[in-house]
Amino acid sequence: METTNKICAGDVRTASRLIRDLEDRLPGARPKLKNLFAHTGKSFIIGITGSPGAGKSTLTDALVHEFRRRGKTVGVLAVDPTSPFTGGAILGDRIRMLRHAEDDAVFVRSLATRGALGGLSQAAGDAIHVMEAMGKDVVIVETVGIGQQELDIINHAHSVVVVLVPGMGDDIQAMKAGIMEIADVFAVNKADRPGAGQLQKELAALLSATAVAEGDWRPPVVTLGNLYEPASFAEKAAELAQKVLEHHDYLIVSGRLAGRMERKAMMEITDALKASILEPVVAKLIATGELKEMTNRVAGRETDPYSEAEAVARRFIKAGETA
Amino acid sequence: MYFSDETTSTSSGLTRKWHDSVQRALKGNPDQKERFSTVSDLEIKRLYTPEDIKDMDFARDIGAPGEFPYLRGNQVTGYRGRHWTFRMFSGMGSAQDTNARWRMLLREGQTGLSTAFDFPTLMGYDSDSPKSLGEVGKCGVAIDTLEDFLALIDGIPLDQVTTSMTINPPATVLWAMYCAAADIKGVPLSRIGGTIQNDMLKEFIAQKTFMCPPEPSVKLISDTVEFGTKYVPRWNTISISGYHIREAGATAVQELAFTLRDGIEYVEDVIRRKKLDVDDFAPRLSFFFNAHIDFFEEICKLRAARRMWAKIMRDRFGAKNPRSLWMRFHTQTAGCSLTAQQPYNNVVRTAIEALAAVLGGTQSLHTNSLDEVFCLPSDHAVEVALRTQQILAEETGIVNTIDPLAGSYHVESLTNEIEEKATEYIEKIDAMGGMIAAIEKGFPQMEIADASYKFQQQIEKNEKVMVGVNKYVTEAQHAVPLLEIDESVGEKQIRRLKDIRRRRDDRAVSQSLHDIRAACKNGDNVMPYCIDAVKNLATKQEICDVYREVYGEYRDPGLY
Amino acid sequence: MSERKIRVMVAKPGLDGHDRGARVLARCFRDAGFEVIYTGCHQTPEQVAAAAIQEDVDLVGLSCLSGAHRVLFPRVVELLREKNADDIAVIGGGIIPEQDFQMLYDAGIQAIFTPGASLDSIVEWIREHIQTRH
Repeated sequence: METTNKICAGDVRTASRLIRDLEDRLPGARPKLKNLFAHTGKSFIIGITGSPGAGKSTLTDALVHEFRRRGKTVGVLAVDPTSPFTGGAILGDRIRMLRHAEDDAVFVRSLATRGALGGLSQAAGDAIHVMEAMGKDVVIVETVGIGQQELDIINHAHSVVVVLVPGMGDDIQAMKAGIMEIADVFAVNKADRPGAGQLQKELAALLSATAVAEGDWRPPVVTLGNLYEPASFAEKAAELAQKVLEHHDYLIVSGRLAGRMERKAMMEITDALKASILEPVVAKLIATGELKEMTNRVAGRETDPYSEAEAVARRFIKAGETA
Repeated sequence: MYFSDETTSTSSGLTRKWHDSVQRALKGNPDQKERFSTVSDLEIKRLYTPEDIKDMDFARDIGAPGEFPYLRGNQVTGYRGRHWTFRMFSGMGSAQDTNARWRMLLREGQTGLSTAFDFPTLMGYDSDSPKSLGEVGKCGVAIDTLEDFLALIDGIPLDQVTTSMTINPPATVLWAMYCAAADIKGVPLSRIGGTIQNDMLKEFIAQKTFMCPPEPSVKLISDTVEFGTKYVPRWNTISISGYHIREAGATAVQELAFTLRDGIEYVEDVIRRKKLDVDDFAPRLSFFFNAHIDFFEEICKLRAARRMWAKIMRDRFGAKNPRSLWMRFHTQTAGCSLTAQQPYNNVVRTAIEALAAVLGGTQSLHTNSLDEVFCLPSDHAVEVALRTQQILAEETGIVNTIDPLAGSYHVESLTNEIEEKATEYIEKIDAMGGMIAAIEKGFPQMEIADASYKFQQQIEKNEKVMVGVNKYVTEAQHAVPLLEIDESVGEKQIRRLKDIRRRRDDRAVSQSLHDIRAACKNGDNVMPYCIDAVKNLATKQEICDVYREVYGEYRDPGLY
Repeated sequence: MSERKIRVMVAKPGLDGHDRGARVLARCFRDAGFEVIYTGCHQTPEQVAAAAIQEDVDLVGLSCLSGAHRVLFPRVVELLREKNADDIAVIGGGIIPEQDFQMLYDAGIQAIFTPGASLDSIVEWIREHIQTRH
């Protein structure tokens, strides 16, 4: 319980260590998180997603600044990719958030994707819980890019900001592939660049083609220009923070927050199931060499993947319950 | 055609025969390694022949000294009339300490001064700022106000000695101090001469001494160019620098390409923003290159630089004044080539690098001291470094004839190759929308990071050798006597600054800061207001804080 | 299946921007399989210490080429101590004259790597000295 008390009192040392233990899957860490769980669920969680290079860290920094101005405490979880070749990672997002480095009310933690079986989503979910228990009013989760892994992470958030920049033609494609559904606020960043008009036009067309019932939330678009025009950039960043907070209010007033909380809980359960059922099974199959044998059989068309999976399921799930 | 058909065909016949002999010889005696390349990893052939330069046009590509394309130098008389300027970069501790070092150097035959400022000064912070902790007077001289500056130049005849100031974000402020000092000493602005480095783009690319974002940084530079053009005609208002780009790990080609592209960016900005004619200001642009350890690569880089700039100025900007086409440059030997191990070897490296700089036709030279890998150089080490230049100029005979390596198959061919590769980079950056846009994309930064990582790996794998580091390593220590900066320098400087703050006229200071703020907001030239402000004893940081407030503060994007 | 990942921070305290070494090291640590927090240039010791704790790194590598190491390096160690985080190892590199080594060791800097130190030797040192903490 000592850990719980310390983290709930906002102790950074204990919190950052627990996040690391969870990430490293130390056996003692999970029980500590169970104890913390009762103290979570009160923070407003914002997801920030968008292509690499869209300026997510810069916007996260701007949002942190805005929330601090409004007296809120903030946690930031910044995800960076792990090198598939070496297993190492350079985590550089916090460079853009340096102005908050000495602000005790801001806790920034970098997370590497590491990449095993969707474990990232759980690691992110865990870290969010720790920050919630620390009493952060707002927790911002910044993803690496736009993709399936990101969609999973984003499910941990209540409100989602999708960052777009001109000149990255695949943004709109990505939106059609599912990002559109999850965006609560759009940020068009670097709008001083060529192609900004085109992007805004396409975005507007896409938004107007999406039916929104009376009283429902229509995702607003905030346009941010040159970071190096500090006054106007700060003004736009304030607008972005305002829109995000308005969305939060909307969720509460409309009663939709419950739905988001459910979506989040569902994600957490799915992650936990993967971690407690799927991962140990796969790990065992790898260790015994069975996975390799199965792979050979399926690739050689001796058998099919479905039968292989069912055989594994029969062995490991003893309760007899079937799906 | 550079050679007659007959020569080319004889050469190619002989080369084929030679090639066969090589193949036979290799069977018994293989080469020491598979691939031979420059320190920048440009692959070098075993032999260069007339065929390698057969497409050159003598008049177009080589020409005569003092004539387009200036490959062979700007001066028609070469070094016979005048050697390059022996300009040793120096500065440490307090203004008084540096002034004493300067007087020593002038006594010993140095012909120009060059100022190293400490990091708080370079970054635009006063000595009493919390950010200056531990840094005051360490890497150069601490200058907070005009009073420090007057102590720095005490007894130096401003109308006779030219002074170079390595200063970038606060260049307007330090130059304003120089102008104010001249004014106080009764020397007209039209008679002072020198250089401010004042090249911000390379800071974003390589050295990371930055304050405001790229766009307003370039605006302040254009202010100095305009002010210089109108009132200080003997001053070099930008020293467009490849030195730091190279030190950050760039290749020779990258150093050349990024430096020239920076130059293009400045010229474009002055023309657009200040509506000056290119020939009004281009003659006062100067350059600053690195002389690294790869002898021929460096010579070729410097020769290519002159030819490229002449073409850029003529073809891209339509410059007509021959002086606009001249690339005048200072060179410094490569700090990054020196080793802490067996430090006396550094004297040899520096001598060879200096030789390359002179054979490349430099106008001005700094030779590093053997102890610069440890700290600021001691008096004795500086003397050896200065003597190295004097030996080159007075004893070796290399000054007797102009551009002695011209016509060498290898040298001309490598010069061409470096020019081609650098031109490709310039075109790529043009396509990105210019250097500021490229910097915002992180392009030059990442190219350099890749090159430096590659070089480091080559060292680790012993594919490249640094004597004393990864080959011929000895346990024996050769202790070098080092210069120590007294830790009390900082305290004294802070006391002096506090005293000035107490006795100056605060109302006048805030009025002049207000004027600078207004000039920034209106897009007016800040220089006249800066001169007033420093005369009223506004501190360097007070002025820089106005810039930070109006233009915003640039932070390291931390590209890796 | 749980295995501690080594987490290190590469930081540049002070005002000098000579980050060639720091950036090469960051890449080298990544290639050695470490997770590397890179802070960029121009950090105060306070920023470095706060970030090291928030990121729960095993080690902080400080790089300084301006001569300010005598003040800045010990300050980082001191701040970590104040925050009960002295189990985070601190090593240093840059232009550091040998005569300053003892003073830095006494202040709690565990190792000093100067120009010419091989990347491998630094990685080795970290692997040997960082017993991943619990």
